[in-house]
Amino acid sequence: MTRTSGSSSLPIILPVQNINWIALIVFALLFGFITWLGFAAARWRRGDLDLLNEWGLGGRRFGTLITWFLVGGDLYTAYTFIAVPALAFGAGAVAFFAVPYTIVIYPILLVVFPRLWSVCHKHGYITASDFVIGRFGNRWLALAVAVTGIVATMPYIALQLVGLQVVIGGLGLGGEGWLGEVSLIIAFVILAAFTYSSGLRAPAAIAIVKDLLIYITALAACIVVPIEVGGFGKIFAAIPAQKLILAVPHGLTTGAYSSYATLALGSALALFLYPHSMTGILSASSRGAVRRNAALLPAYSFMLGLLTLLGLMAFALGIDKLPEFVAGFKVFKANFAVPALILHIFPPWFAGVAFAAIGIGALVPAAIMSIAAANLFTRNIYREFFHPKATDKQESQMAKWMSLVVKFGALIFILFLPSQYAIQLQLLGGIWIIQTLPAVLIGAYTRWLNPWAQLIGWAAGIAAGTWMAAVMNFNGTFPLQLGGWTFPGYSALYSLALNLVLAAALTPLFNHVSKAPADQTQPADYQAPA
Amino acid sequence: MDNKKRKPGGNWWYLLLLAQFVGTLWVPFYNSVEPTWAGIPFFYWYQMLMVFIGAGITAIVYFATE
Repeated sequence: MTRTSGSSSLPIILPVQNINWIALIVFALLFGFITWLGFAAARWRRGDLDLLNEWGLGGRRFGTLITWFLVGGDLYTAYTFIAVPALAFGAGAVAFFAVPYTIVIYPILLVVFPRLWSVCHKHGYITASDFVIGRFGNRWLALAVAVTGIVATMPYIALQLVGLQVVIGGLGLGGEGWLGEVSLIIAFVILAAFTYSSGLRAPAAIAIVKDLLIYITALAACIVVPIEVGGFGKIFAAIPAQKLILAVPHGLTTGAYSSYATLALGSALALFLYPHSMTGILSASSRGAVRRNAALLPAYSFMLGLLTLLGLMAFALGIDKLPEFVAGFKVFKANFAVPALILHIFPPWFAGVAFAAIGIGALVPAAIMSIAAANLFTRNIYREFFHPKATDKQESQMAKWMSLVVKFGALIFILFLPSQYAIQLQLLGGIWIIQTLPAVLIGAYTRWLNPWAQLIGWAAGIAAGTWMAAVMNFNGTFPLQLGGWTFPGYSALYSLALNLVLAAALTPLFNHVSKAPADQTQPADYQAPA
Repeated sequence: MDNKKRKPGGNWWYLLLLAQFVGTLWVPFYNSVEPTWAGIPFFYWYQMLMVFIGAGITAIVYFATE
């Protein structure tokens, strides 16, 4: 992503800010509150946490409202709140693809996911991979889905830490110095402990606090900044023409138009294939709760749009040129745009609230992601391949341990490797996870595609998508050449097309040589009410 | 709700959802500054408006297929 970072070149590493004590105290109080809430959540809608269904899915007990908070807090992550406005700050209009992206996910949620919810509820499936083995009877395809899910999730957890680091830097705790690292480790130990003890109930309870805080922050910023600058007109007038809207394509290329549309569509298709999305949706108490949320969750998309505008506001204010933020921009680049804007326009106590909203906003998805990855490992690797006779208690204990392993892996990654690697791996994660679409989304409708053919399509999709990303230097879009035209587009979507064509073409061949195993699911299971 | 017999022709309502894909993914339609609204270029306010229109369409389909 391009950026316009600070012009100063400081010879030595300075602390990002002086410690902002008032903001820090408010932040610490709110963090203390959600820590208590996270542990107390173990007793909320009490269930036997020695069952994976209880620890890892909250007993599938969350109604429409809690599901709204949980899935909203799960999908709209802290990193999103930092990185999307940062992209707007650096590159302008292109960052707004987050809006169409988060519009088109909901028709998909309304149509496909009630079916998946019903079949998973009926058969006690906890993960997408559970569904795949029930539907297709092929443990290797299920393993591919599980491994893809775990591998795609890990860098996503690491990115939540990047979001947390930026906020810690904004508080004046020197984001990348030892003080910043200690703060990050403390936050992470808290996260690990309450996830271990309360399972999915903890992020569900905390999501309510986090989402309310983030709504307040976004609305307040979108009211205060235009007043301070003198209207939205002035903000947009300060944006150069080439960043204000997308570049109009010239010649034999679909240019920025196809990149924008394919990024939105591809990201939308990938989103619900991520294990943490599946976990959030499957924890709903009824099919109706999933369906209702398809119409209610867009409220978060509106908020994300507002937050994206914050990036433009920060640009209009020339925030990276203000002397007090130069050091912050030097460490965090454009990712510092939102924290700097918050510090610039709000009194310190409210900056503390806003930073807590983003910081807690990192913990909620990180908790759900680690639970989702732990569920996959336990159900679809440990029990399927290593310990088929595991008791319920052993299964749930393994998942608790695994949630720790996954999180500390992410922590070590962030502490010892450049955050750029996590960003690149997360980009690849999106390309990889979309390759499970035939098994999961199409599988919800038909088992016509042969599982072995799907495995070959999956492997080809991953290889081609990874290659496209690598040759484009980890930029998400690839310039596809076809009939003299160039179609720049999201690599995930192009590699998915290859996957689907291969899977469909090879299906008759594999059906010929191998007999399809039985389907454990019945057509009526996909319509079954709670 | 879900355990009722499905309304005849209920599935046709789902086609309405396609409007959201067309309205948001056909970029040339909205990639312009004019007409501005309260100083906000069309590109931005149109997509923000589509969030509400999309939610409205989804709600209509939800009730029609309940």
